[in-house]
Amino acid sequence: MGRLVLAEGDVFSPPGVKDFFLPPIFGDVTKPMVLLVLSVIIVSAFFLITSRNLKIVPGRWQFAAESVYDFGRNNIARDQIGSKEFKPFVPLILSLFTFILVNNLFGVIPIFQFPTMARISFPLALAILVVYPVYHFVGIKKFGLGGYLKNQLFPPGVPTPVYVLLTPIELFLKFFMDPITLAIRVFAAMFAGHLILLVFTLGGEFLLLHAAAPLKPVSLVAWAFAIAMTFLEAFIQILQAYIFALLTASFIGRALAEDH
Amino acid sequence: MVNAFILAAEESPSPVLPHMAEVILGLVAFLLLLFVISKFVTPRFEKLYADRTAKIEGGIEKAEQAQQEAEAALKQYNAQLAEARAESARIRDDARAEAEQIKEELRAQAQEESARIVAQGQAQLEAQRAQIVAELRADLGRHAVELASRVVGESLEDEARRRGTVDRFLAELDSVSAPAKS
Repeated sequence: MGRLVLAEGDVFSPPGVKDFFLPPIFGDVTKPMVLLVLSVIIVSAFFLITSRNLKIVPGRWQFAAESVYDFGRNNIARDQIGSKEFKPFVPLILSLFTFILVNNLFGVIPIFQFPTMARISFPLALAILVVYPVYHFVGIKKFGLGGYLKNQLFPPGVPTPVYVLLTPIELFLKFFMDPITLAIRVFAAMFAGHLILLVFTLGGEFLLLHAAAPLKPVSLVAWAFAIAMTFLEAFIQILQAYIFALLTASFIGRALAEDH
Repeated sequence: MVNAFILAAEESPSPVLPHMAEVILGLVAFLLLLFVISKFVTPRFEKLYADRTAKIEGGIEKAEQAQQEAEAALKQYNAQLAEARAESARIRDDARAEAEQIKEELRAQAQEESARIVAQGQAQLEAQRAQIVAELRADLGRHAVELASRVVGESLEDEARRRGTVDRFLAELDSVSAPAKS
């Protein structure tokens, strides 16, 4: 069946995992590393410049920065952690949200065109080395180790025999699965999204260059889909950044909650 | 084609195995960003929010104060207005009373004056009358002396007639002098 399409006899090699292992630009430095550092510079610069001279009545740039800050502060941190204890976590939530957002959006911005979070190392670093220690630490700090474990593993209001079943599940979820799923969620979404864009773009290109003449216009359909998927991807990238920050805040809120 | 895909997948490393260099880079980059945000960005925005809240609360307070002041001023103006009305009414009453008094005084004065004028006229008349009586009395004496001399100088004939004349004269004299005496 492939032979019908491939009139010239060329073999279309579909994009795959290998496309996520880009050759180093120089030394051991790869494109995702450069993008990651760039994202830190972009986010820092954006907030530092817009917050340089804050006014009671905001200007256009200050309004933009305030909207982002408000979103992280009120919609994510305050809603999930509670208005009493959310203040110290605002920088963490805001950093996570903007950092992941910019890195994700690199996937649809021309020239960059690589979602950094499609490399599992980065979300893993954030989830396991940052979020995981933070929420356990604040919980232990507030209730003490015993109190915290009792809070988390023995939620009140459950008949005693149920703990036999419930406690191992809670242990498995809260101390093992939560950080890993947190990382894998954003990684998988970015990985799959980027792969889809590659398939449509490269497929269209292959059709145009190597397909029989009557089939060449089909490449336009492929590219149209690539553009449509780009919009969908942009939406998913924003959503994933939001979900990551939201879940982090929710874990912290859960660790700080008096009872489950 | 399927073979090519499998080959490609086998050649490349697993995408779910973390890369140590990237993990460290990701951690360091994020911590750097976290540092910048928590050190500079969050304090600035929180300060802004505090300022804004303070400003709004201050504005509300100021507005309330202004309203209270306005109410106090209104109350004061109303009080002053009432006072002024009372004052004007009082002045009007005073003026009316004064006018009444002045009218009364003028009437009394006029009556007094008229009484004085009447009295003066009467006195003048009395004086004139007295003067006239005095003059008449002087004339009467002279006439009496003249009559007596004339009577004495002529013959004493018809004595009775002469006596009658004298009597008549005296009677006349009495009737003239009597009102003057009374």
